[in-house]
Amino acid sequence: MIDRIQRLGHKTLSKLAAFGRSGQILLQSVVARPAPLMMLPLLIKQIYFVGVLSLVIIVVSGAFIGMVLGLQGYTILVDYGSEQAVGQMVALSLLRELAPVVTALLFAGRAGSALTAEIGLMKATEQLASLEMIGVDPLRRIIAPRLYAGFICMPLLSMIFAVVGIWGAAVVAIDWLGIYSGAYWANMQQSVDFWNDVVNGLIKAVVFGFVVTWIAVYQGYDCIPTSEGISQATTRTVVYSSLAVLGLDFILTALMFGDF
Amino acid sequence: MDAEKRASVYRPSPQDTIIEVTDMTFSRGSRKIFDGVSLRIPKGKVTAIMGPSGTGKTTLLKLIGGQLLPDSGEIRLEGQNIPGLSRRELFVVRERMGMLFQSGALFTDMNVFDNVAFPIRVHTQLPEDMIRDIVLMKLNAVGLRGAVKLMPSELSGGMARRVALARAIALDPDIVMYDEPFTGQDPIAMGVLVNLIKRLNEALGHSSIIVSHDIQETLSIADYIYLLSDGKVIAEGTPEELRQVESEKVRQFVEGLPDGPVPFHYPAPDYVEQLMSTGETR
Repeated sequence: MIDRIQRLGHKTLSKLAAFGRSGQILLQSVVARPAPLMMLPLLIKQIYFVGVLSLVIIVVSGAFIGMVLGLQGYTILVDYGSEQAVGQMVALSLLRELAPVVTALLFAGRAGSALTAEIGLMKATEQLASLEMIGVDPLRRIIAPRLYAGFICMPLLSMIFAVVGIWGAAVVAIDWLGIYSGAYWANMQQSVDFWNDVVNGLIKAVVFGFVVTWIAVYQGYDCIPTSEGISQATTRTVVYSSLAVLGLDFILTALMFGDF
Repeated sequence: MDAEKRASVYRPSPQDTIIEVTDMTFSRGSRKIFDGVSLRIPKGKVTAIMGPSGTGKTTLLKLIGGQLLPDSGEIRLEGQNIPGLSRRELFVVRERMGMLFQSGALFTDMNVFDNVAFPIRVHTQLPEDMIRDIVLMKLNAVGLRGAVKLMPSELSGGMARRVALARAIALDPDIVMYDEPFTGQDPIAMGVLVNLIKRLNEALGHSSIIVSHDIQETLSIADYIYLLSDGKVIAEGTPEELRQVESEKVRQFVEGLPDGPVPFHYPAPDYVEQLMSTGETR
């Protein structure tokens, strides 16, 4: 019994310590005095890796999720004779929930795991240590550009996801199922509010981007530098990010749309 | 160095010491890795830190480089106490150090040229054509001027280590630290490295610290040797002195005997008893 309590205490302490370390890494790499000239080319490269290379999966998933939404929405709404409302339904669910959440989950799987593995491998091959010995702070040189790239890319990817999704639903609803296109777009225009729906969705995307990138970078930087350690860290990145995104989504939704 | 001087008893004196470690302890978890180690690294010489695996030789280099902090004691680089420096001061001090990592630790996203140019670009404002000349000179010194355009993945282990050596000396550091430079090298690459370390040390006049357990290679180029075991310096001296030490522990290491004070067997229950018993082994 005592043993169990002791283990629980030990686990809690080590989790707290890990949380502290991750905060330290975040502070030191983000708040540390920036060197824009050195940073810019590194940042652009990372935006390419984290953002541009994630485009394919985001666009394809966005299109299919939009198409499914259109199809499902139609089959339900047609019973009530209000199939014109498909546009409204698709736009609201994508902008408020699906775009930021699904993008964040895909982002964690595609970019987050890659970040963790890359940084972990740099640690295992002593590249981080050799940077330090050369007199370059790896937090500023390696971690900071990756963090910023994640912060910048995630909201953009989420917007692209929403746009492609709405377009995918339009293809299904208008071209295949024969809804009048004027009704589809007009309904959407009337019901979607810029601040309430678009901006709130964007805020979610910003928060998720921040959390996912932070977790990915920290797991890589703090991993045990062996092949087993890196694989564990990569798994943890995906699991923790997904859980954090889903949990935060509920909290943010409650704050934004809940009626307290 | 002439034979006469080697034969006389040489001890690094405070005047020609570049790094002085005083009464330093360091532990990892509950394991004490260093227990009051004191040693002096002489200026302009090749100093070897030797000892069996797991005695914390690499840890010592990391402590000198300020990547780890000792629990107590001092590590002074010409009077500056390295553990007491701020992060910023530490990065300045490190410009005077070059380190050759065991794995080479080349940056895998840059080619050989950019790897060697990296420290120069970071720490100086030199124009690009001058950087080019310096990089080619350093690569020529390690015999790899022809490999400038290759990526690290295209190099053999020995070549990667030589490129890493060129990078370590790119800024003409005062101290060059070698972490197990001979491990996993074929005999030719090993010979090349042994020669290079000695030649570069003489030509550039920096102080070299070699961490290794390759006895013959290290004894052939070191001016002074510290032998570590169980967190302590158990022997020190010139290669000749070390070969004549009577201590059994030192003998075992220098002659490479499989069994002795450092046992061949990891602590285990009695062999026959364990074989006969049906108890758990996993």
